[in-house]
Amino acid sequence: MERDAELLELLEADSRLSHKQLADMLGMQEDQVAERIRILEEEGAILCYRTVVNWEKVGREKVYAFIKVKVMPQRDVGFDAVAERIYRFPEVNSVYLVSGDYDLAVLVEGESMKEVAHFVATKLSTIEGVVSTSTHFVLKAYKQEGVILEDTEKNKRLVVTP
Amino acid sequence: MTSWTHALNPAVRDMPPSGIRRFFDLVAATKGVISLGVGEPDFVTPWHIREACIYALGRGYTRYTSNQGMPELRQAIAGYLEELYGVRYDPNREILITVGVSEALDLALRAILCPGDEVLIPEPCYVSYAPCTTLAGGVPVLLPTGPENGFQVEAAQIEAAITPHTKALVLCYPNNPTGAVLDRHRLLEIAEVARARDLIVISDEIYDRLTYDGEHTCVAALPGMRERTILLNGFSKAYAMTGWRVGYACGHPDFIGAMTKIHQYTMLCAPITAQVAALEALKNGRGEMEKMVAQYNRRRRLVLQAFREMGLPCFEPRGAFYAFPYVGHTGLSSEAFAERLLQQEKVAVVPGTAFGPSGEGFIRCSYAASVSQLSEALQRMARFVQRLTRAKVVSAASG
Repeated sequence: MERDAELLELLEADSRLSHKQLADMLGMQEDQVAERIRILEEEGAILCYRTVVNWEKVGREKVYAFIKVKVMPQRDVGFDAVAERIYRFPEVNSVYLVSGDYDLAVLVEGESMKEVAHFVATKLSTIEGVVSTSTHFVLKAYKQEGVILEDTEKNKRLVVTP
Repeated sequence: MTSWTHALNPAVRDMPPSGIRRFFDLVAATKGVISLGVGEPDFVTPWHIREACIYALGRGYTRYTSNQGMPELRQAIAGYLEELYGVRYDPNREILITVGVSEALDLALRAILCPGDEVLIPEPCYVSYAPCTTLAGGVPVLLPTGPENGFQVEAAQIEAAITPHTKALVLCYPNNPTGAVLDRHRLLEIAEVARARDLIVISDEIYDRLTYDGEHTCVAALPGMRERTILLNGFSKAYAMTGWRVGYACGHPDFIGAMTKIHQYTMLCAPITAQVAALEALKNGRGEMEKMVAQYNRRRRLVLQAFREMGLPCFEPRGAFYAFPYVGHTGLSSEAFAERLLQQEKVAVVPGTAFGPSGEGFIRCSYAASVSQLSEALQRMARFVQRLTRAKVVSAASG
């Protein structure tokens, strides 16, 4: 339990580490690690295991847009109800309630600009409570999920040094 | 071609090249090698440090600094050492910024040694203590250590090696190549000998921040030791700054003054870019440094466990980023083991003998490598060791 934070940090950085590797690194038993992971999954602390992909490398075009959404908050539920109406769409990658001159920051993902624009115009901006939207298409991704896409920093160490 | 070897200084001519050199050539000529032979962090210097240097360059920080190093950096070092170890140095008279600990070591030895003076050097140890002693006109006296004492030199050993010519004792804990740390109670005993027998202690504490399970004891912080200790440290290991070449020496103004004289006529000053970066490291580098240390610690456990499972007895390293497993029972010498491992499984480790005669039977494995690389290298090593032991069992049965 006290090691949960460290366990989660390791998994967050590399979810493919085996239970054995994790156990050795943390000074735990393999079955202890398996049990903690099971509990963390059950509690929803671990949501899922995924892969960060650079789709350009396989020639697949993906279009992303950040949408700034202004919302009229509703009695009792505040922004949550509108946020849910938005995040249920599979086209929506992430939704954050933010401070500042708009309310929801929404990342939408699609196969083409047309598709994304269409989604924003017909689905997103027409939701009741959405006051206005402003769309910012992503031109180039440098870093996502903490990963630099084209990292030029290579290992330049000599092979043997004292 | 004309030969000039007759004209060379015999002390240099007859000095054996670093034991690592030959092995380096061997590894460099092999393709697809995973190297656990590297004595430097696998991390690149944290970005905030590099960025601070770039910014300083943009503002024209391209000139000499004072011989002793930038005053702000010396002040920062004084504050850092006081906070960490409670030992106080006057930034104006007792701290010198050097080109890495390597230069600081050379300066310290040259400043104190007269021809024939003996320097006690526990080994296995970093490769430069003995050669630098010789170059400074001194005589290195090696003190063997082994796993039975956790590779810690003992006060009695030091006492027994002292002659009327003994001038100084070199300590390097946490240790390269063994990963040993010196327990505080042992250090207190050693300090007592140093005081009673009037030894100068040159303490290379470059790995101080890479101490796991417990706190590092700074030699200069022990009672009565500050005045007779030349404390050497730097930024290479803790802040992943090996290539910047910046370190420092702290000690009595007589020592630092003498060292500064040599430094001003030879090196003039440490590179200003590196000094600016070092200052940033001290000011804002703690968070990233602690993260790196936490990663080394996890890898340390991973490597130690793997050695135990593959049947290589390994004393638990409590500092630095090296493990020093025993391979003698395979029937191979350190060198033969390292060479065959390289040929058969393409894993590079350094034979323990590169660090002194007591290194025979051991290999140095650096765990400053990514977990995936370490895991792959350890699997290959396990395969290799298994083959060796099987061959040994077969030959024993048939013999």
